[in-house]
Amino acid sequence: MMHRRSLLAGSAATLAAPAIVSRANAASSFDWQRYKGTHIEVNLTKNPRSDVLQHHQKEFEALTGISVGSEQIPEQQQRPKAAIEMASGSPSFDVIMVSLHVSKRLFGNAHWLQDVRDYIKNPEMTAPDWDFADFGAGAVKTATQADGRMDSVPLNPDLWIIFWNKALFKAKGLPFPASMDELVASAYKLTDKSKGTYGYVGRGLKNANIPCWTSWMLGQDAYTTNPEGTKLLTDTPEAIWGAEMYQKLMRDTAPPGSIGFNWYESQTSFSQGKVGMWLDGVGFSAPLIDPKSSKVVHDVGFAVVPKGPKAQHSASFVDSMAITAASKKKGAAWYYVQWATSKKIMGDILSTGSGTPARLSVYSDPALVKTNKFGPEWLDTVKKSQAVSAPGLPEIVPVTEFRDVFGVALTNTITGADPAKELRKATAAFQPVLDKSNKKT
Amino acid sequence: MLPPARAGGGYARRYGLFSVPAAVVVLAVIVLPWAFTLAMSLADWSPTGGTSWVGLANYRHLFTDPEFGWAVLRTFYFTAIGVIAPLVLGLIAALCFNQRFPLRGAARTVFILPMMATPVAIALVWSMMFHPQLGVLNYLLTSIGLPPAAWTYSETTVIPTLAMIETWQWTPLVMLILLGGLAALPGDPYEAARIDGANAWNCFRHITLPLLWPHIVVAAVLRTIDALKSFDIIYVITQGGPGTASETMNIYLYQQAFAYYHLGFASAVTLVFFVVIVAVTLVMLGLRQRSLAL
Repeated sequence: MMHRRSLLAGSAATLAAPAIVSRANAASSFDWQRYKGTHIEVNLTKNPRSDVLQHHQKEFEALTGISVGSEQIPEQQQRPKAAIEMASGSPSFDVIMVSLHVSKRLFGNAHWLQDVRDYIKNPEMTAPDWDFADFGAGAVKTATQADGRMDSVPLNPDLWIIFWNKALFKAKGLPFPASMDELVASAYKLTDKSKGTYGYVGRGLKNANIPCWTSWMLGQDAYTTNPEGTKLLTDTPEAIWGAEMYQKLMRDTAPPGSIGFNWYESQTSFSQGKVGMWLDGVGFSAPLIDPKSSKVVHDVGFAVVPKGPKAQHSASFVDSMAITAASKKKGAAWYYVQWATSKKIMGDILSTGSGTPARLSVYSDPALVKTNKFGPEWLDTVKKSQAVSAPGLPEIVPVTEFRDVFGVALTNTITGADPAKELRKATAAFQPVLDKSNKKT
Repeated sequence: MLPPARAGGGYARRYGLFSVPAAVVVLAVIVLPWAFTLAMSLADWSPTGGTSWVGLANYRHLFTDPEFGWAVLRTFYFTAIGVIAPLVLGLIAALCFNQRFPLRGAARTVFILPMMATPVAIALVWSMMFHPQLGVLNYLLTSIGLPPAAWTYSETTVIPTLAMIETWQWTPLVMLILLGGLAALPGDPYEAARIDGANAWNCFRHITLPLLWPHIVVAAVLRTIDALKSFDIIYVITQGGPGTASETMNIYLYQQAFAYYHLGFASAVTLVFFVVIVAVTLVMLGLRQRSLAL
């Protein structure tokens, strides 16, 4: 039976909760209201994570008293806009979502972003429950510059996995492949062009297609440059092996027209139930389990990219949150960054299927595991992929040019060109660009 | 007030100040950006700093880069289809809409709808229709017994397919220009020709076409400038692919400036591109003058 006194006490506690949270705890000198009245601008790339941030923005404003203006821009427009604004010395935003796989070195070498290590160490600036140790080591490494600066906080590593059609595999009596060689063999067995069935689909469009090659290269434990990012390793036997695998899959086992496919066309092909396997980012899972857009809702499987001859890796592409070095409201901006990368927000990103957050604790939170709409196989795939994640693109300044030059080489292999010749030609063409870029920076 | 011719230099002195606002605007929004672009084209300009003057090196690189040469050829290929097809179809449509028939006004309105559509939106719709397996276009082809086409997903068909969208969107503009021309044509020559026994084809060949020619040239000039500048539809649908098969000068320029940040080099491309457009336009306007003189 509830007594009046306990009811009053409970009500008082409920009313006082925001104040208690805003002061964090009595022992901490951290105060969420420290920058009350400040206004900051946030520049986001258009993706489901940004939707989550904007959905909860009012909560941040209520918690901190900081008002926020935020906008989402498609990533291909956001990157040059951000670069040009930051180069001008007075960007229109204080916080930015950064695609580290594209902009890490450019932004880092130009010192356009604020090093956040001092904020993290400072108990007056960082909430005691923020818990930096909770971030995955791979994502933290990706967010750290070569000179040790950590100029952004990892938000979401997009992991590349294999989506597979269990019904097609079952019809052919095939298990999910245990190795990359088996994957190619299965793709051939599943392909029946007379019935319009294909073993594999992936990106053929230049630039977008690079991870469909580097994912296989990672199976050889091979990367596209040396660790310093000064020498290309794109014409090695391992790189050629990866390109040959790309060619076989795309030329012999993929639907017609896949030379021009990006993720969208690959996804629509796979979701119609006529394709056995699709290699792409786990962030594209949601439409596959939506009956309105997918015919494979009950047949789709999620799997870690199988092991190659020397290693098993999942190519990853990390988005992060950063403060612009030119911002005059860095304190308030840091509050937004730590809120955006908090356990609560990352938990919400996971539970809504908006991404695969960089924090490890969310994957073992029983409540989130239970509410995750993709099921245990998906969650298991994400956890295992995170454990073997590796960068899917080189950490160099001219990474977009790299993607175009080698993307065209890969596209040419689909029309029958020799992978070794194409890679050697592209390597010879791109090494001077890389040299020039390294000389400048 | 004295007319200008009689006022002489005094007129200019008295009223010259009135042109200052216009001159300032022209200087600020036209001359200065061009001057800045010219200066950038002579430098190796990097967004991370460290700008250095390189003289004509960007231009030398431009004319020795095979990718640029291919981009120019693709641009002219795309432009040729994107000008000729709308001109032919627009002329036919104008001749049709110049006749009286029921619901002509409604039909004209429907015909010009593509011109009013947002390019990026229609590009997205077309890209869905082009999907080799799931697109409605291949469904229609196969349902009448024809083989499916690769549309924008093949290096050989991508440019004609993109030009087809350009044609679909801009034929109405040509039609409107030529319809205006047709409405202004005098009736007497037709009457005389019919008395002399001329048939419809003879009337079209020897009266309509010569009299309409100045309007056709105007439409061709506008279409040529537009097609040369075409960017949005190509970028949204193919981003220059497959490979570089649809990488026109605009896509090449965009890549150099905003993907690779080669801003000095991209400025050189911009200036060369500008010269190309001006040269083509002058040639076409010269043709128009000659046709008027005949």
